[in-house]
Amino acid sequence: MIPELGHFALILALLVSLVQGTLPLAGAARHSLSWIALARPAARAQFLLVAFAFGCLTWAFVANDFSVLYVAQHSNSRLPLEYRISGVWGGHEGSLLLWMLMLSGWTLAVSVFSRHLPDAMVARVIGVLGLVTVGFLAFILLTSNPFERLLPAAADGRDLNPLLQDPGLIFHPPMLYMGYVGFSIAFAFAIAALLSGQLDAAWARWSRPWTTAAWVFLTLGIALGSWWAYYELGWGGWWFWDPVENASFIPWLVGTALVHSLAVTEKRGGFKNWTVLLAIAAFSLSLLGTFLVRSGVLTSVHAFATDPRRGIFILILLAIVVGVSLFLFAWRAPKVGLGGSFGLVSRESLLLVNNVLLVVAAGSVLLGTLYPLFIDALGLGKLSVGPPYFNAVFVPLMVPLLVLMAPGPLARWKHAEMAPVLKKLLPALAVAVALAVAVPLAYGQWTPLTALGILLAAWIAGASVIAVIDRLRAGVTGQPLHWWGMHLAHAGVAVFVVGVTLVSAYQQEKDVRMAPDDTVTVGGYSFRFVGVREAMGPNYRAMVGELELSKDGKVLRSMHPEKRAYLTSTMPMTEAAIDVGLTRDVYVSLGEPIDERAWSVRVYYKPFVDWIWGGCLLMALGGFVAIGDRRYRMKKAAAAKQAAQGAAA
Amino acid sequence: MKPRHKRFALIGGGVAVLGIAAALVLNAFQSNLVFFFTPTQVAAGEAPKGKTFRIGGMVKEGSLKRQPDGLTMQFIVTDTAKEFPVAYTGILPDLFREGKGVVAQGKLGENGLFTASEVLAKHDENYMPPEAQHAVDQAHKAAKTVKQ
Amino acid sequence: MNRFLLPLGIFIVLVVFLAIGLSLNPREVPSPLIGKPAPAFELPQLHKPEARFAPQDMQGEVWLLNVWASWCVSCRQEHPLLVDLANSKLVPIYGLNYKDPRDDALRWLKQFGDPYVLSIADVEGRVGIDYGVYGVPETYVIDKAGVIRFKQIGPVTQDVLEKTILPLVKELQK
Repeated sequence: MIPELGHFALILALLVSLVQGTLPLAGAARHSLSWIALARPAARAQFLLVAFAFGCLTWAFVANDFSVLYVAQHSNSRLPLEYRISGVWGGHEGSLLLWMLMLSGWTLAVSVFSRHLPDAMVARVIGVLGLVTVGFLAFILLTSNPFERLLPAAADGRDLNPLLQDPGLIFHPPMLYMGYVGFSIAFAFAIAALLSGQLDAAWARWSRPWTTAAWVFLTLGIALGSWWAYYELGWGGWWFWDPVENASFIPWLVGTALVHSLAVTEKRGGFKNWTVLLAIAAFSLSLLGTFLVRSGVLTSVHAFATDPRRGIFILILLAIVVGVSLFLFAWRAPKVGLGGSFGLVSRESLLLVNNVLLVVAAGSVLLGTLYPLFIDALGLGKLSVGPPYFNAVFVPLMVPLLVLMAPGPLARWKHAEMAPVLKKLLPALAVAVALAVAVPLAYGQWTPLTALGILLAAWIAGASVIAVIDRLRAGVTGQPLHWWGMHLAHAGVAVFVVGVTLVSAYQQEKDVRMAPDDTVTVGGYSFRFVGVREAMGPNYRAMVGELELSKDGKVLRSMHPEKRAYLTSTMPMTEAAIDVGLTRDVYVSLGEPIDERAWSVRVYYKPFVDWIWGGCLLMALGGFVAIGDRRYRMKKAAAAKQAAQGAAA
Repeated sequence: MKPRHKRFALIGGGVAVLGIAAALVLNAFQSNLVFFFTPTQVAAGEAPKGKTFRIGGMVKEGSLKRQPDGLTMQFIVTDTAKEFPVAYTGILPDLFREGKGVVAQGKLGENGLFTASEVLAKHDENYMPPEAQHAVDQAHKAAKTVKQ
Repeated sequence: MNRFLLPLGIFIVLVVFLAIGLSLNPREVPSPLIGKPAPAFELPQLHKPEARFAPQDMQGEVWLLNVWASWCVSCRQEHPLLVDLANSKLVPIYGLNYKDPRDDALRWLKQFGDPYVLSIADVEGRVGIDYGVYGVPETYVIDKAGVIRFKQIGPVTQDVLEKTILPLVKELQK
């Protein structure tokens, strides 16, 4: 009964979204106040219905209702409760429903936190989101109904893919979808602005916090995914340039460009058309990512049960959404005036370079990702584009970007003199050069690339430190939060670069055959193989290895990598054992038994690898702080009042 | 600086970035594209010697052997028409199984043995990498044309 | 106006490629044989090697062709279902014994039960290639005119049997 209620709620939601996607838009065009007023209630009803449907599916999972096909495919009575809940988004149908929940959640947030916006604008934004919602709900109901019954019911479920039975995977998809879907808000604002012809600084200020929020979630989502791949896949890598990873990284790059170009549009009224185009692109690329992952057109390590019907549906959805938006852009953009002029050397021009580099980088990643598809479509053979391509193209494009990150925030708007900025940055440069010489030497091997990485990281971090000291010394108190947010995020990039540089240069890896009491050493750490015993988990059987980790003859701890066999799916899984440290990880994973006593074992030494995710966290934190800026929360007619309150306080 | 000059400089800069990016892409494509071959194609000598490529198909049942060093594995990849031996040193992915699809990336040695640097098996029990499937499909087509 | 149409132009080219990609490579490739006449062959029977079998003999009947082998683990998994199905007499099942030594095959049938009206011995796997077999087991539904109507790759499950194969067979038998 409950699954049917959920299904019914989704159908109702589709009807509501049809109203939400048409009347408010028409109302805004015809100045019909009653139609405009429908936007907010429709958005709320929409959210309640989708949330109810999501709740029904969750209930089916928690209650082990194996008469629901999707539950029978992705759960099992022996599955621990937390994975039964996260199993809701463990497959295609449920993850689409999660996507839908996020979309209606974001729409709800717009309807609640938009009191300071003109009603017609809100109606347009919610209307555009309503149209996107129609598309996705139709997709779910027509091709991917999660409530489909299985009669007679299965005695037990097929179990959740063991790879997904992991804490990292509980949070990774929701975060990633929050980011993907969040760009729909920036998109809806852009389309609403194009429809109304009101492309101005106010529009940029409204859409900025939403864009930053989406960017924060996407950053966290990608970082979580990377971290999960690192410890769960047992390969010790943190990024594989896999098509599915790229599908999330391309919108991130464009979103990062968007966050920066919005700054120019808000502060200087410039780059308007460009910003609109980026907002459309960021969301379009999120949709494209969804298409690539779920249609199975590309070879990837990520499995999603695919079916051609779904691929066609998403492709049509993508074509309509993006095609109409780009057409609207081509029609309206020529009428939009240029913003304030700026000098060849100015904050604007630096941000322009930032945007060009980020977009070109996104384009080259997209090209590498789709290239096998192009070649295949032209009948020229099957091939794959591996990590070397991406490294060879992506890294050189990022170097100038990182170089300019330091002077960027210090340069003035409109017209800047570089000489004083560079003079200010001189200490940062000195420290950076010293570190670039010293750090690689400390690791005993100096290469130009490592030195460059350290140089850039120290240069960026140094610039942020100088900026903060500068402001404090000048006695300028009460820096706006977005200023702190920016420097935090930039420091995050520096931390990230340190991690990437050192782990790429100095990681060590060994595949060895180990019998009890054998010892292997990597990066100064010794592992003594003690043995392997059997253990039983809730829904798996495991071989648990024991290795004793020591350094300089001192025993540090014992490590327990596992090799699991899941009972229902009989799928084997490697669980690595990791000793996490601020300056290094040591990592062991168990291979296979070679004979009665010996196993093949893989050990890694990974210096500064955790800085990669630490840097991402800092970036996200920076974005989060920036959203808190009070400038974004000005009430409609309350700007003056707020100033008065500020004076009184 | 006059606005016209400024515009020129900006466009020039943009074009330069694009040009550099295009050069990087072309250069990287030239050296880093990994082509895919089926065992039939490899047997017919279509695959390059000494250059990295991918071979895909199914792991032949009963063909997986461990070398005396304990870490090198040897197995046969087949597209049902032709078979090809592959050697790999290291730990095979969890989902590597006999009778399942596999894609191996590596180089063909003078001795006719394909030495893999990477072995891909997908994270789904019932999955067969599309490339592997492609190999098998090709073999079927070929078998049919031969008969006709 | 022109330069503002550029993004739309690029996007349209992209969509064309994606559409081609979709038609090329959807994961569940419908077998090229579906809707085509079952490839002809003539092979000895497993139990009576002197007798031969050809699919043409089956004209006018709806039947299942199940590819199996004694070395195939998943065949064991689907086997009880096939035995039940054979007992229900809903549809005749013919076996194609694929790349299997005769003795092993006979022993296997004795041990697990023989659901087949008869089995065909394809020792060299030649027929397997014609039928696009790339894994054992596989099961084909062939109609009265000798046209392949459905192909199950991998073991037949209760679900597939009840939801797809049996309704299809009933439909075809009309």
